[in-house]
Order: sequence, then C-alpha cells, then structure tokens
Amino acid sequence: MPEPKQPEKLIDDKGVRIDGRRLDQLRPIKLEVGILDKADGSAYIEQGKNKILVGVYGPREAHPKHIALPDRAVLRCRYRMAPFSVDERKNPAPSRREMELSKVIRESLESVVLTDLYPRTTIDVFIEVLQSDGGSRCAGITAASLALADAGIPMRELVAACAVGKIQGHMALDLSDAEDKYGEADLPVAWVPNANLVTLLQMDGILTTNEFEKGLTMALDACKTIHGMQQEALKKKYLVIKEVAEEREETEVVA
Amino acid sequence: MVIVAEPKQVVAPGELLAEGDHVLGDNSFKVGTKIFSACIGIFEVDGNRVTVVPLKGGYFPRVGDLVGGRIVDVGLSGWTVDIRAPYEAMLPASETPGPRGPRRRDLSESFDVGDMVLSQVLAFDRTRDPLLTVKGPGLGKISTGRVVEISAAKIPRLIGRKGSMISMLKRETGCQITVGQNGVVMVWGKSPENERVAVEAIYMVEREAHTRGLTDRIREMIAKSNVVGEVARTQTA
Repeated sequence: MPEPKQPEKLIDDKGVRIDGRRLDQLRPIKLEVGILDKADGSAYIEQGKNKILVGVYGPREAHPKHIALPDRAVLRCRYRMAPFSVDERKNPAPSRREMELSKVIRESLESVVLTDLYPRTTIDVFIEVLQSDGGSRCAGITAASLALADAGIPMRELVAACAVGKIQGHMALDLSDAEDKYGEADLPVAWVPNANLVTLLQMDGILTTNEFEKGLTMALDACKTIHGMQQEALKKKYLVIKEVAEEREETEVVA
Repeated sequence: MVIVAEPKQVVAPGELLAEGDHVLGDNSFKVGTKIFSACIGIFEVDGNRVTVVPLKGGYFPRVGDLVGGRIVDVGLSGWTVDIRAPYEAMLPASETPGPRGPRRRDLSESFDVGDMVLSQVLAFDRTRDPLLTVKGPGLGKISTGRVVEISAAKIPRLIGRKGSMISMLKRETGCQITVGQNGVVMVWGKSPENERVAVEAIYMVEREAHTRGLTDRIREMIAKSNVVGEVARTQTA
C-alpha cells in the first residue's frame, strides 16, 4: 500500500480538520479493561484509528535474577508495533523508536507505581500497537496505566496522556497520523492529576513559548477528560458483574 | 475528618477517600491531609480506619499464613514450592514431621515434583524468600479431594465476616473446605457431586465478590442443586 498523499490543507477555511474535528477536540476514545484471560491485568484502547492492546504481568519473580533490586520492584516496559499496524510493513525487529518509547513510557509509569511494596520482583508491561494512527505513545500510556490498575498493582493514581501539535500555524489537540506527519510540531504529554505531575513531555518541531504554553494547557485539559474516562472504564468491569448478579437476585425474589 | 468517597463502593487508584486524621488501612496512602486509594477495590470504613479491599491482585506472603503450594523442585535438603507469590518458597527437610537427624533417603519419597502440599509460612521478611513448614495438624501432602485456585484477593470474601461465608459453604454443601491464604482452596466432599457444587460456589464467590447479598444467593444456588448438606443429613439420621 502506498504512503497516503499529503492532504492539501490540514485545516479548512472553517477551521475544521481533515477528520472533521475542531482544533480542541479529541478523537473518539474507547477503553476496555481485563480483556486478556492469561495476563494479570490488561487493557485495550481505541483512539481514532489507534488500536492498542496492553498486558501486564506481575509482580513476579525477576528473571534473569541479576536485574532484581533489593528494595523495590523493577518495572519493565515494552512498546511494540505490529508489522501490520502501519501502511508499509514494519520490520518486526525492535527499532530505535520502539526502544525509546519503551523507555519514556516506563519512566512515565514508574512515578505512580508503588514499587517498594514488592522488592526483588518485576512488573512487566507489554504494549502492542495493532493499528497506528499517531499519538500511539500517549494512547499506550493511557492503556498501560489502566492495565496496571486492572492487575491490582498498588499505584498512586492513573496516568493519562495526550498529545498536542501545531498544524498550519494553529495549536491542535490529539494529532492524527497525517497531522503528525505534515504538521509543524508535536508535543506528547502525560499527566498525573492529583499529584499534578507531568511524567512525559517530549517535543518534535519548533514552538514559540506562547504556543508551547497554550499547547500544554490544552493537553492537560484533555488529560483530565481522559483520566475521567479511565476511572469509568476501570470501574465498569466490576459494576457490570454487580448489576447482573443483583438483578438476577431481584428477579429470583419476584419469581 | 471527612469521608469523601462512598463506603462499600468500587474505588479506582488515586481516588480521594477521606480527609483528616484517619487511620490508614491497607491499600491507602496519605498526601498531606488527604487519603487516597492505591488500587481498584471496595472502600470500607471501620470506625476511624479507612481501607480498600482489593478486587484484584496476587498473593503476598505473611508469616503464619496457611498456603497451598505445588512442589517445583526437590533438592538435597528441602523442596522449592510455588505458592503463587512473587517469590519461590523453600520447604526445608527439617520442617517435615518425623525423626530428626541426617537422612539418607531421597527427599522425593516424601514430596515429589508436582505434588500439592498444604503448609504454613514460617518466616518471611521481604529480604529473603519465604520459608515454609509442614509440621502441624492437617499440614502436608494433599492426595485426596479437589484443589480450586482462585485469586488471592478474593480470599477475605470467601471467608466472610467472622467466617460467615465459609461456614455456610461447609454446612450447605457438606464438604470439608480448607482455605489457603494464597488462593488455593481444598475441598473434600462425601461425593463428587457435593464437591462439584462446592467448587462452583467458590468460583461464584470469586466472580461476584463485590456484590451485595452474595451469601444468600450462593445458599440458594446450593439449595437448587439438590446436594444434601450437613443440616439435612443430621435430620435424616
């Protein structure tokens, strides 16, 4: 499949983007928790055309043993893109980009996981991008923190992440693939709400100080929205079981 | 002192539970005067104490816990046991009942790889792997009955408040049930059918641990299965 052509305009005259969104609008997000049976915790996210599956294992015995730390758990993170996740087949070997993202995602999660409760163990996070559409590191963080929570691993709070960027001179929220490729700048942000910590901040391209500040505010607002969705998705799994069970009881009482 | 979250409800990590001088229970942490939840679970208030009872999570050993484990290795002076914790447990030969002193016989004569043992955590201090013992009444190799493995986080619910759930299960199904803190539950019944119903009930507790009126619903489920429990047996006798 050939590379999609560069669109003539990323924003039309009415200020609408190529996928019909306003500048400050997120792509539709779908979050699901606990969808893998064999993993200790799992989550799935769809954000625009992104489809990402995350599995968490642990805390478990550290292998190889020499990586274990005497005072806390080791958090290991692997971000990986499936060969079929992009237009042109991606070589399945870990790329420089994947290794970098694994590292920054790990660092953005490390600050919330209470690793000191499980010395000499590891917690493994596998982030598999099944379909990629720009902003997958942020979607990956959003899903990974959900999967960690689903595994029952003690953590300070959920991490929400979202990117902002600059397209045709305007700051725009949650860039899609085309906007990321043909836009002027990209600024992924991960945020921990209660502690008010930014645990991931990268920038690609050039922004003025004003643009940066405006972008950061937009990203943090979006993170707040996403954080609410995360909490809802996490609880939904248990509320559904509860509703079904209690409803069954009520119908039995009536019968 | 203010309770912010609603008690008995599901809370997510980072959710504000209370503010002020409460006693911190499990899975909660304090920042300034605010108390937050550290995991997905049910928020419980007991007097001044705020706790989150987790809905998910593995087993973390504590000294004195009764645990069911599987032998994974036989060594010269003891066994390595998988107790479903992040650490491999050691069961030294000296912690088995019987005569003391050096033994020449092969340790696999007592327990072999794959055997299930019911044991107790003798020592564990996070810096070294847990140490087990099978000295004690009821401890040792499990060679009969059925073994059910459920999430260790659901064990408190399976036992219930002051053992209400587990004693009901034993009574209604007529089975002898031993609960390992690590999620390994052993069931001995007078017939396979009794065991089947008990196992089904245990899985139901695991699945619906966070719902209301669970004890009644399970009692009903057992009653429907027409299994003769202890009460009925004493009546017929």
